[in-house]
Parts: sequence; structure tokens; C-alpha cells
Amino acid sequence: MRALVAMSGGVDSSVAAALMLEQGHEVVGVTLKQWQAADGSMPTSGCCTVADAEDARRVAAQLDVPYYVLDHVADFRERVVEPFGAAYAAGRTPNPCIDCNRRVRFRTLLERTETLGCDVLVTGHYARVRHDGGRFRLLRGLDPAKDQSYVLHMLGQEELARVRLPIGEMTKPEVREHASRLGLRTATKPDSQDICFVKDDYRAFLRENFAAVAEPGRIVDTAGEVVGSHEGTVDFTIGQRKGLGVAFGEPRYVVDLQPATATVVIGTRADLEVEGCRLEEVSFVAGVAPAGGRLSVKVRYRAAAVAATLEHDGSGYILRFHDPQEAVAPGQAAVMYAGDEVVGGGTIAEVVR
Amino acid sequence: MLYLDHAATTVVRPEVREAMAPFADEAFGNPSGIHGVSRRAKNAIEEARERAAALLGAATPLEIVFTGGGTEADNLAVLGAALAHGDRRRVVTSAIEHEAVLESARFAARLGCELRVVDVDASGRVAPREIAAAVGDGAVVSVMAANNETGAIQPLPEIANAARGAGQDVLVHTDAVQAFISEEVTVGTTSADMISLAAHKLGGPKGAGLLYVRDGITLEPVIHGGGQELGRRSGTHNVAGIVGLVTAMELSVLDREDFRRRVRGARDAFEQALAAALGGIELTVNEPRLVQHSHLRFPGVPAETLLIRLDQAGVAAAAGSACHSGALEMSHVLAAMGASAEVAAESVRFSFGWVNDVADGADAATRVAAVVGELR
Repeated sequence: MRALVAMSGGVDSSVAAALMLEQGHEVVGVTLKQWQAADGSMPTSGCCTVADAEDARRVAAQLDVPYYVLDHVADFRERVVEPFGAAYAAGRTPNPCIDCNRRVRFRTLLERTETLGCDVLVTGHYARVRHDGGRFRLLRGLDPAKDQSYVLHMLGQEELARVRLPIGEMTKPEVREHASRLGLRTATKPDSQDICFVKDDYRAFLRENFAAVAEPGRIVDTAGEVVGSHEGTVDFTIGQRKGLGVAFGEPRYVVDLQPATATVVIGTRADLEVEGCRLEEVSFVAGVAPAGGRLSVKVRYRAAAVAATLEHDGSGYILRFHDPQEAVAPGQAAVMYAGDEVVGGGTIAEVVR
Repeated sequence: MLYLDHAATTVVRPEVREAMAPFADEAFGNPSGIHGVSRRAKNAIEEARERAAALLGAATPLEIVFTGGGTEADNLAVLGAALAHGDRRRVVTSAIEHEAVLESARFAARLGCELRVVDVDASGRVAPREIAAAVGDGAVVSVMAANNETGAIQPLPEIANAARGAGQDVLVHTDAVQAFISEEVTVGTTSADMISLAAHKLGGPKGAGLLYVRDGITLEPVIHGGGQELGRRSGTHNVAGIVGLVTAMELSVLDREDFRRRVRGARDAFEQALAAALGGIELTVNEPRLVQHSHLRFPGVPAETLLIRLDQAGVAAAAGSACHSGALEMSHVLAAMGASAEVAAESVRFSFGWVNDVADGADAATRVAAVVGELR
């Protein structure tokens, strides 16, 4: 089998490539070049830097596999970066990694898998693909601390049939140990945390590139009373408590963002609580909605899963939480699980109070 | 691997390696010294200078300045002439020049020089009258002898003459890095005041080049230091590189007729077989073009995908230019010719070298046609 391995320059995809070779497959390494600054320069910190592509290239050379950098800068700008800014401008809190996986990464890489004459696409994600009972299942990664199934929820049967995730069967320490054993230069490389196209502070990036989120405006309470002022809705996220610049007896939290009028709404902890959320861009791993019953749902990448029921009201899907939830931010993904298995997910369009 | 990227760089000729060997070994001296070890090295570069001067039809060996490659020669020519005597001379160049010239010209502009970048026509050629229209008194003109991407040969003596007719005290430079191996390039044939060459395009080593500078022209040095090369290019001489450069130049000139016949044969066989297999091909430029270049567009086939598939099929080719990370970027040459981004992204360069023959051309066509057929 010939595998196209998406190599980011990190330890996970390095080891993924090595594992495919060890299993006797032919490997072709690629890095998607997704971002460059307006002056044509590549970022020097965070993910997707010149150094990262160089690390990927060096690992590929060490493994003696061909390696290519594919230009997706225009595509990425149009499908990820512009919507990222537009989402903030609409008062949402987007997850650009999910948008990238949905609109660029897997679409492009699976297309490349075919045009470059490869049979499967391999990435270094911590999640597992299983085939049983006639269909493909997407499971959480074996390492609970590293599980990345949340950002892969949009993969369906067609995609999973051609995707291999060898790292999902391992823990991070095992991955690093394997990299050390092979003498890969990425063995001790720190994990990347940042959004790949943002140098340091995503707020500074948004201020520079999307003026609408940097408009000074009012801070109001849930009754509409003006209680303060701010330097742009970009400085706030739903659920934020610190840095509001206003003092009350009871703690106050950001409960809503309205960039169109440059308004930040604050309220009490009780005001944060929501009963459910309406979803858009919904997809199911099996291709169809689950028959019903209790699901567990993650409404943020690093949130614990909570119990919820999925409903359809004729116009779209709604998740009803069994217990009220705080800090449910439109723009984030809600990902549904049945145990360790990803059922599907969508983007939170609005909250239901 | 069928290597068809000889325009990027080509195989070092065995005679060159042999000629260089002593200077990496017992003749290791620094030419700037008084003892015997130095004298031998010094003698080697001065002899090389005489040979280079003779090959280029220079009036005196001192018109040859050895540099660390073609890019450095271009920098010295453009910046050196534009900034000499504390002047800020106008720089006139074309939109299809190598980045070594274009970026030097832009740097000169940042230092206060007036810059005129002349467009090319759809055939990728610079019109002498356009150059004349951009020239003023004291202008420094830089137009390449042949384009490195498309292979389009530029009407050089006409450009030089038109430039000189349009102003007083005009200096003409030509980057002949890509052309020298297959086209006769001398002071006479180009009518240029300055000529850049690079060893590695001729079967010589990387990191060695020269700039011919007509006697009487003063250049502001761009590399400062110990004052080697009459102060025009400081830095300890790359003796082995210089000997390799001049040996490669000699072999190119001696071999040129045979090279033109053989390499054109390989290139033509490639294009004919490819046209037959694909039902026609779309050449980027018409004649006159370099005999070693075949620049083609494959409609509906992205160059990036094609190049990777060809790499896997054992054919090395190129397209546009690559950025630091290695990703392909839009070719400024094709853009200047008016090509759309789509056309540019479907264009590929195959370049043949002194090691290729007709059989290679036919073999390449078979492999390319197979991959293109699969991708269409």
C-alpha cells in the first residue's frame, strides 16, 4: 500500500510516517503550506513555520521517503482565515482547526491522495478508526490526555475508508519513545498549541486584519443598562470573568457579544447557563443521525463531555443538555459521542436558554 | 532517474573535477601571499582569467571579475554600476529577469535610484524600442541573454544598440547565465558592457561565477573587505571554483556545436513524441529559444501534481520558482507574459543537458505522456 502522510514537522506525524514504513507500506510525505504573511514571509513561531517544514523535510530524508510542500495559501485564506475573522465579527468564537479540517485539510489531502497515486491518507491525530459491522467507526484516541477525535468529527464513511490514524493507538509518551528509538529529530519537540496562522496573540491578529472586532463600545448588563466601556469585542469571550473593568458585589461574566453594535453583555453566573444549543454544519460519522437516546457532548475542545439529547425540530438539529451548561459559545463545535465513539457533530449556531 | 532539470543546475563535467582536484589538495594556497604556495594559486587564477577573457572576447584579462556565482555577478553589475561614483543612476530592466537582477534593481531603487521595469510581449521577449523609451542619460540597462524559465532568447545586440542610442553614457549588462552553454556569448555577440556567468550551469561547480566588465567602467563594490579583484570583489579567491568555472567555460565553447546538435535532437525528439502521444502540445514560447529548453503547458493538469508524479516515475523537471519551504509559487516570468494564474499553474519546464541524447528525449516523452494521460 502507498500512504500519503501529512507531515506537520511535529513528533506525531513523524512517528506516523515511521510506523507506516515499519508496517511495510510505501510512504510519500507532504506538508501543506497554509499561511504566509502579506510580505510573503512564513511565520517564525507557532505551527506551520519555515522550521516546521524543515523538520518534516529532514525527518522524511532520514526515513528515506519522498517529501513535498504543497501550496494551499490562497485556499486556506479563503476557507479558513477569512471565515475566522468573519465569525468573530459576527460575535462567534470559531475553531479554525475544525474549519481547516472540514474545508481544506482532509478535502485537499484526500484529493491529493488520489492524484499522487496513493491508497490511503495518514495523519498524526490522536484518534482511532475501526471497521466493524460493515461500517467505519471513529473512536477517541487511546491517550485520554491527547484525544483529538473532537477536531475530526466531520469525517464520514467516505473519508474514514481512506484515512489511517496510527498514532491514535498510542499514548504520547509512547510516541515520543518511539521517535527517540528511531533517532528522529522531532522526538523532544514541544507540542504546538497556537493557531497556525497567528504569530503570538490571536487578538492582535484580529485587530490588525478585521477592523469590526476592534471597535470601542459599551458594556451593558442583561437589562441593557450601560455599565462600562471597552476597546473592541475581540478582547472578550463568552464566560470570561476577568478583565471586564467593572466591579460588582457578585461576580459578572461575559454572556453575549454583539460586534455589530460593539456591545459586550455581562451577567451573573446564572445568566451563562443554557439549556441547549442549535447546530449547523451537522454531520454524522455513520452518514445518518443516531436512532436516539442519550449522548455525551463536548462543546469545547478541552471541555468534559456532558449528557445531552439530540432533537430535530423540522428546521434543524438541537442539542438539549440534561443539566444546564455554562460558557456554550456559538462558533465552537459540539461533538457527540456514544462512549468512546464519535457519533457526529456540528457548529453551535445559537444557544437555547 | 531521468534528470531533465539541467537549467536548474547540471552535472559537473569529469574534466572539471579533474582540473579542480589539485586546488582542494596540495595546491591549497591563498593567492594573496608572497610564498611559493600562494604563487601557485595566484598563477592558477591569473591563467584562468586570461582564458576566460579570451573565451569572452574581452580586450584584457582585467575585464574579468571572479565572483561567488551568477547572483553575485548580477548584484555587482546592477548595484555596482548604479551606485558608482556616489551616483544614483537610473536602472532599466525587464520584468522577466532573474530575481538576482530584479531584486538588485529594487534594492537600488530603495537607495534612491530611479527604476524602470519594462514589460515583455506575449512571446516573452523584450522589445528594443521599449528599452529605448525607458532609457535616459546615464542609465544602467540589464536584460538577460535568454530567459531561464522559458528559454526565450532576447534580441540582445539590438537592445544594447537601442539603449545606447537613447541616451548618453548608458551601460548595458546582460545575465548570460542560462544562455552561455548553448549560445555564442561574447562581448561582440551581445554588445554588452557587462556579462554575468555562473559555473554550475555549464558543468562547473556551484559558488563560482564571473562578471565581465568593460575596461574603463568603475563599479561600486558590493562585497567589502581585503580588496581582491582590484577592489571589485573582496574575499579570498575560490581557487578551485575559479579553475572549475573556466574549465567548464572552455568545454562549453569547444562542445557548443555538438551540444546544440545533440541536445536539440533530444529536446525535439521529446517534443515530437509527446505531441504524437498527447495529440499536440502547447509550447510557451516560439523560436528563437534555447535548444535545451522545453517549456510546456498541460491544460487541466496542475504542474505541482505532475511534477510529483514525474518524480515518482523517475523524471526530474521543474516549474516556476520554489519558495523557502519548497512550495511552488506563481512564476513572475509567465505573469509578465500575460499568462493567467491558471495557465502558469499548468506550465512545466523540461531542460536537457550535456549528458542527454535523442534516446533520453523519447524515453522522457513516453513517461511524461503516461503520467499526463493518468492525470487527465
